[in-house]
Amino acid sequence: MKQGYQTWVFANRPSIIAAGTVVGPREAKGPLAKDFDYYYEDLLCGETSFEKAERKLLEEACKIAVEKTNLKKADIQFFLSGDLLNQIISSSFVGKALGTPYLGLFGACSTSMEGLALAALIIDTKNGDNILCSTASHYAAVEKQFRYPTEYGIQKPQTAQWTVTGAGAVILSQQGDGPKVTAATIGRVIDMGLKDPLNLGAAMAPAAGDTISAHFRDLGISHHEYDLIATGDLGKIGRELSLELLKENNVEIPDEKYIDCGLLIYHPEQPMLFSGASGCGCCAVVTYGHILNRIKKGELKKVLVIATGALLSPLSFQQQESIPCIAHAVTIEA
Amino acid sequence: MTSKKMTPANKKYQALVKKREPKRTVFLNCVRAFTAGGTICLIGQGITDIYIWHFGFTEKTAGNPTAATLIFLSVLLTSLGIYDHIAQWAGAGTAVPVTGFANSMASAALEHRSEGYVLGVGGNMFKLAGSVIVFGVFSAFVIAFIRTLITMLGAS
Repeated sequence: MKQGYQTWVFANRPSIIAAGTVVGPREAKGPLAKDFDYYYEDLLCGETSFEKAERKLLEEACKIAVEKTNLKKADIQFFLSGDLLNQIISSSFVGKALGTPYLGLFGACSTSMEGLALAALIIDTKNGDNILCSTASHYAAVEKQFRYPTEYGIQKPQTAQWTVTGAGAVILSQQGDGPKVTAATIGRVIDMGLKDPLNLGAAMAPAAGDTISAHFRDLGISHHEYDLIATGDLGKIGRELSLELLKENNVEIPDEKYIDCGLLIYHPEQPMLFSGASGCGCCAVVTYGHILNRIKKGELKKVLVIATGALLSPLSFQQQESIPCIAHAVTIEA
Repeated sequence: MTSKKMTPANKKYQALVKKREPKRTVFLNCVRAFTAGGTICLIGQGITDIYIWHFGFTEKTAGNPTAATLIFLSVLLTSLGIYDHIAQWAGAGTAVPVTGFANSMASAALEHRSEGYVLGVGGNMFKLAGSVIVFGVFSAFVIAFIRTLITMLGAS
């Protein structure tokens, strides 16, 4: 049911009955390692190219999620997935392998919550019983597509972010135990005219601010409703900027309640971290691994996850276009 | 150029971003670039001396084998995944010397090996180095043209 301008409230409370998270070697050395289901010691994940490695991550995450349930392949009606590679090719290949009716999504790094919101809508309106929803990113594959060759010697500025190698998948269901998805706010495309592809946190911060404000306004609530408000991959700089924008909008969020997935996944002393982590996989593995685990343990009761995405293409920034950004927010409750 | 006008809100936010962005440490970067670039040149000088003393090259002919050796070392470090880490520290210090040029070609070749030798390695090897060659050759042409003109005017 729609409430306000851009928020859905899911009265039937779809359950996240299982989650699968798979990461790369760098993430496995991070502080959240124990929250992930599986990790690869090698960036190539035993494949011959980084693109194939991303596909493998996504496939593994989906497989793990399905294996955690008693469901058979035929019980899952729809597969919603997206990634950062051209024509979301990783998702399409995994869709082929699964053979499940498939909807491909592109929301850059906001794909995780875009998928979860849509899956919840399908379940809530009883147009499906079980939906598999996933996303992945791979550091080297994304660098190759959006930036420079991995081994190219170029100095990155402190505003840059490190793309997470990882994939997250969840199964959303009409019934069953697990955290519930109760609301989602679909973001607008916000573009403040920033053009630096090595400072995406700053470009995405206004989109995060806009969606959070809209969420609170549509539902008539404040931060008190939530134990934790987690953004996807704003990084250090983007997080601070979004807090300032929210304050300007008279939306108060205490500093300790407002976290960023991009700042949780790595130790601050890990090399070449810069402003923080990014990528589709960042919000997905932190939310589906770490945050869901904390909800299951009872440490958190109600969480708002805002996945932020920079919708640029490698061509658009070379043509000196600005960076359109988006953020989607999803409420997850115990 | 885009003809889109900036709104005051955009301008205000961009000013805020500028204020919050960590400043690039220009002076430190210069010192590091100087140190790293200088070290590479010192190594180059050492290699030149070895070629002159032990292999019978002259000061004029030792240049080519020295460059080849530096290129080999750069490609080796690139392949081992070390060069980009040095470059993060050194900045322009590793980009400007011949080693930087070799790195830009080797890294592109490695990166696109998965697309095969023709479309991948061959087609992408000069992805980064290409513009250096294009503008290098073009500016050399312009300078040579100006020099010729001046010499001709001086002669008449």
